[in-house]
Amino acid sequence: MLQKLRENRSLQGILLMTPTLLIMFALLIIPLVLTVITSFGQRDPDGNVIYTFTLENYWRLLGFTEGGGWDDLYLRILLRSLWLALQTTVIVIAMAYPLAYFIARSPARRRSMLIFLVLVPLWTNFVIRIYAWVMILRTQGVLNSGLGWLAGLANLPFTPFDFYPSQGAVLVGMVYEFLPFMILPIFTSLEKIEPNLYEAAADLGANAFWTFVRVTLPLSLPGLVAGTILTFVPVIGTFVVSDILGGRQVILLGNLVQRQFLDARNPPFGSAASIILLLMTLALTLYYTRRFGLGEEIAAG
Amino acid sequence: MNTSRRSPWLTLTTVLVYLFMYAPIVVLVVFSFNASRTNVVFTGVVNQGPCGPFYWYCQLFQNRDVLDATRNTLIIAFTSTIISTVVGTMGALALQRYTFRGRDLAETTMYFPIVTPEIVMGIGILVMFSAVFGWINSTLGLPPDQRLSLGLGTVILSHIAFSVPFVILTVRARLHGFDNRVEEAAMDLGANEWTTFRRVTLPLIAPGVLAGAMLAFTLSLDDFIITFFTTGPGATTLPIYVYGLLRRIVTPEVNALSTIWIFVVLVAVAISQWFQNRD
Repeated sequence: MLQKLRENRSLQGILLMTPTLLIMFALLIIPLVLTVITSFGQRDPDGNVIYTFTLENYWRLLGFTEGGGWDDLYLRILLRSLWLALQTTVIVIAMAYPLAYFIARSPARRRSMLIFLVLVPLWTNFVIRIYAWVMILRTQGVLNSGLGWLAGLANLPFTPFDFYPSQGAVLVGMVYEFLPFMILPIFTSLEKIEPNLYEAAADLGANAFWTFVRVTLPLSLPGLVAGTILTFVPVIGTFVVSDILGGRQVILLGNLVQRQFLDARNPPFGSAASIILLLMTLALTLYYTRRFGLGEEIAAG
Repeated sequence: MNTSRRSPWLTLTTVLVYLFMYAPIVVLVVFSFNASRTNVVFTGVVNQGPCGPFYWYCQLFQNRDVLDATRNTLIIAFTSTIISTVVGTMGALALQRYTFRGRDLAETTMYFPIVTPEIVMGIGILVMFSAVFGWINSTLGLPPDQRLSLGLGTVILSHIAFSVPFVILTVRARLHGFDNRVEEAAMDLGANEWTTFRRVTLPLIAPGVLAGAMLAFTLSLDDFIITFFTTGPGATTLPIYVYGLLRRIVTPEVNALSTIWIFVVLVAVAISQWFQNRD
């Protein structure tokens, strides 16, 4: 028996893989299947799930109400989430790209220090980072105090801004949370570019602008795509940032799912919203990975 | 590389982005010394009791809830890290060094948690545990105090689930340049499989395993969303505790807690960096 195991490499591989597969099966596949089943169900007045087969929850998400009416409340939540994710991604790219470029073109020794500095904020806690932004953005907060002080210097009248809670505050929080996840993959791609390529481009008469457009940008595309997935996907599904910085007024897809489960006690509807979220995410990820083929960059993030 | 021709705009942007990243952290730390209990405006450095400016830090260590949450967070992080590191290392060895039927499928399944939104995974695990526990409790007719419910166990299991793929990725990266011949040489010299693994393979992949464990640990410490859905009474973690506070009044204690947190993590990372640079 033992002798057989010693010679059979295939069996050894399967045995080594078994614990991982068991965990994935029990804690990912089965939960997802149960979520799908629940999403086709209904709830009784007490909030218990009745397992049937109805598409009602999905229709409701898409705007069709029970009596044949039209209510685009949930569609608007969906679109708002996508729009916020798009805004966040664009701003994050605009901030992350120059920084990643700066780091990639720094001397090797300084590079690891600069990347280390990008990672440090990630080691504070997710919830704590958002709380820090509340302290900065609220009416009597740090930003308004600073602005008031500046206005005082210039002898100008100053009324504090209501930065928080607002949709803008949510955007700032999202940008802050996901900035490192864009910087790291872009840096990974940029670092791989041979310095000779820049020299070759310069020798061939390209100025800084054309070198960037024709050499740097195309070669950093895998990093950009990986960063986009790592930003866009979590933004749609996060409920904490909008919950805290939006003062419960900014409702995203993630908030919808969370509230259906914990406040409204309607697991079937929450499950349907969760499945829609998953499908959107997978479609996006598959499209990008098929199109650009990457893995290493995502792993770097 | 020519770095002298860098545009001043690029340097300025870089400095501004770093400022943006660090401003909240500076605010957090400074406000942990605030004299004002409501902690909205900085009214000066607190100087109260035997601890002086560290008043809020001392308050923190007398806070039962914080101590319990810290204990829970550490129990969850350590347990899930140990299990996911062992499981993940085995998985990485299987995927990188063996060919077997269903290998491609196993690989795809493994990447799945990385692209699944956390909330979807959290909801799924919640749905599953409620269904399974509900079924067991009603079938066995358990009395209320013995019923299965969400708690430390369910949180640990869910943390293992999202950590394993990251451990596999990290260890595989290390296995990439592994020379199989050193193992063959060990076997030729009469070492059995276990001795070969312990004396040859493990020391070679140890930095990767350590890096994977560190990653699993930080992921567990930082997790909010999945914990939020899988936790139950008596299993409050620090992030869950802080989130609860944010809806009420936030005293500088939370800032003190955050400052200690940042400090501890920085020290831990510095130590692990030092270990990695040593070999």
